Amino acid sequence: MSVPLLEARNVLKSFGGVRALKGVSLAVHPGEVLAVIGENGAGKSTLMKILAGVQGPDSGELLVDGKARRIGSVQEALSLGIALIHQELNLAETLDVGANIFLGREPRRFGLIDSARITREAARVLEQVGLAVRPDTLVSDLTIGQQQLVEIAKALSIHARVLIMDEPTSSLSGHEAQNLLRLIGELRAKGVGIVYISHRLGEVHGLADRVEVLRDGENAGHLARTEISHGAMVKLMVGRDLSQFYPHQVHPKGQVALEVCELRTRAHPKQTVNFSIRAGEVVGMAGLVGAGRTEVLEALFGITPPLAGEVLVAGETVKYDSPRGAIKAGLALVPEDRKHDGLVLEMGVRENLSLATLERDQSWGFLGRAKERALCEEMIPAMRIKTPNTEQPVQFLSGGNQQKVVIGKWLATRPKVLLLDEPTRGVDIGAKQEIYRLMEELAASGVAVLFVSSDLEEILGMSDRTLVLHEGRLSGELLRSELSEEAVMQLATGAERKISPTLS
Amino acid sequence: MKKIFGILGLLLVVCLVTASLSDSFLSAYNVENVLRRSALFGILSIGVAFVIITGGIDLSLGSVVCLVGCALPWLLTVHHWPLIIALPTVLALALAIGLFHGLLITKLRIQPFIVTLCGLLLYRGIARGFTGDQTVGFGNEFKSLRLLATWKLPFLPGFDLPAPLLFLGVVAIVAAVFLNRTIFGRYLLALGRNPQAATYSGIPTERMTVLAYVVSSGLAGLGGVLFVLDVNSAQPVDFGNFYELYAIAAAVLGGCSLRGGEGSIAGVLVGATLMQVLRNMITLVTTRNNVEFAIIGAVILVGVIADEIARRIAARHRAAQALQNAQA
Repeated sequence: MSVPLLEARNVLKSFGGVRALKGVSLAVHPGEVLAVIGENGAGKSTLMKILAGVQGPDSGELLVDGKARRIGSVQEALSLGIALIHQELNLAETLDVGANIFLGREPRRFGLIDSARITREAARVLEQVGLAVRPDTLVSDLTIGQQQLVEIAKALSIHARVLIMDEPTSSLSGHEAQNLLRLIGELRAKGVGIVYISHRLGEVHGLADRVEVLRDGENAGHLARTEISHGAMVKLMVGRDLSQFYPHQVHPKGQVALEVCELRTRAHPKQTVNFSIRAGEVVGMAGLVGAGRTEVLEALFGITPPLAGEVLVAGETVKYDSPRGAIKAGLALVPEDRKHDGLVLEMGVRENLSLATLERDQSWGFLGRAKERALCEEMIPAMRIKTPNTEQPVQFLSGGNQQKVVIGKWLATRPKVLLLDEPTRGVDIGAKQEIYRLMEELAASGVAVLFVSSDLEEILGMSDRTLVLHEGRLSGELLRSELSEEAVMQLATGAERKISPTLS
Repeated sequence: MKKIFGILGLLLVVCLVTASLSDSFLSAYNVENVLRRSALFGILSIGVAFVIITGGIDLSLGSVVCLVGCALPWLLTVHHWPLIIALPTVLALALAIGLFHGLLITKLRIQPFIVTLCGLLLYRGIARGFTGDQTVGFGNEFKSLRLLATWKLPFLPGFDLPAPLLFLGVVAIVAAVFLNRTIFGRYLLALGRNPQAATYSGIPTERMTVLAYVVSSGLAGLGGVLFVLDVNSAQPVDFGNFYELYAIAAAVLGGCSLRGGEGSIAGVLVGATLMQVLRNMITLVTTRNNVEFAIIGAVILVGVIADEIARRIAARHRAAQALQNAQA
């Protein structure tokens, strides 16, 4: 076999007390697509950042063309021909395409930026990636898919030999994704080594020459081209059968707990959304990034009040224009970005847990301190929050424990409807399973659970019923019996499907 | 809590240095004087601490001191309003200013810096306008009213407690209980740290923010009344000049972070006292009052730098420990 373009040997990396990588190795050869898969929190993104010089490893070795190298910065990685295309695109939106492609290494003439050369060379790489826009187009005027291609053009312009792509298709439409996959095939034929991270196992199946599976910061196994199958990949990813991993059970369904009629969000004012959820039901909401899932939750929770529509909780119309009102109506939201929206990071576990129930537990405006302590004594074991004490600032907890604090805060309000936005993002596998268990327990106790997820396995594993959004519209509804990855993806990319009669 | 020991230590050092350089520092007259000034500035500092805890700033309070301090003698001596109407009027005016600031900041989302900077210019200008830039004062009248600021509570033989200290005591206790023992105090601390998460948790963040500005301007109003009663007259051109900066500096020295969400009343009191002891030291020890700002600026800077260094050392220590735990 040829000498690997890029190889990592026994890489370790910790953040605070959390060990993200516990000795991972992988190698990518010229002209191959190496898919790296694994659950959220398996360490994929961390490993990619280390390969691309965004972060340094605590220990371990990186080899380029068989020679040990220190990749101390993104600049060094780029000079070695290694380019990372981030999950979140890193383009300067207010600059044009050409300026973005040459950002930080602008060709100069007489000390000034040589715009003519930028335009000329940008046009050349844009043509290579098949993007028909002029180099002076503003990035903010491009679609997400086009922006992705700009990122790739940028990588080509530095003659990247290793291209690391972190979830490149997660925000693309079906057509755009096809285009990208075709481009990856072309780059492979030219001898570029591609490290491809994806949650979409179908895509990996079609594209990868080899698959490397990570689990809990370790190599869980690898598959050669002929061994790649959906079942084999899932088994290596979760380390056990899916049916055991997801504690899904069917609970007796009660009355309709949440009914949403003709809801129009600000993001998609032309579409109306209608659905209802019964007490005890766990409903998943799937869709591509930008399909409007978070917007629906935020409208329901009063963060961005909807333009129109009616919301009924337990059969009664409720009206509010703030989270405060939504909470009073019996709703709770575990937000997507827990550090920004869910927690006061510098405050302790106790203060975070009681944040939404201070008003209820007050006496004449004074803090109900006994009730607050009682809440901690109840929630910390019930949520299995691992913390040295109740006063530990939550910023020093792991992602999973932080998320459990957020969920505990909402359970304290005894909601009728629990909304969760990407509840297991950035959470390790153990905590993930505990979060699923909590969702199940809540449903069993008669709470209506609605969760948004980009993780199809999670949707498949946890939901009684799945709502799929496409460009702000509810493009379909799948019962558990009809649920499959293909069915969800079809609806998410805009295929029509009759909505099965609601259960009410 | 640890933070307060640092600033307390600094206060002690400054006191010791001043006492060793000047015999009159520890005289009963001087101590009373420093305490009275500290109490007056302490009231202003507690007010601005509330705003700083929300992550905002109030630059207008020196001008509120000026407006109220000029309006009270002006209404009483020029317009002969009865005291029972004049005093509530000026205090209500101060509260209304706070409400105005709070609403502009929360409803129109104008930055606190801009709103209160305009306030700084506006209220002093108004005070200079209605007084015609003339000094207003009580002269020889209102002696009993002035006792609010000038009366002394006999404490030790030869040493009395100045009345403003009693006002400060009440304000400080109420503020500390409010901040630490009520849900509203918790709301303020949470929204100062993360307004987003506070809103998502159902906290009425806008109302609490407005309240903080009302408290700040209200205490500036109370301070304005006491200041003018203390000195007997007010010159609109410079009455209360730079008081907002003394108050902000005291709050920051006392552990309030301008990032919001952090601060204790006890710390603010120590900070306010430190500011006044520094000023006193400069008057007693040097013959040149013109270096006052330079010295105060330097001391604050040293304090803040020391605090930041201590914070970084603590963070590094914690990271090392976490790594050790993880590897164990």
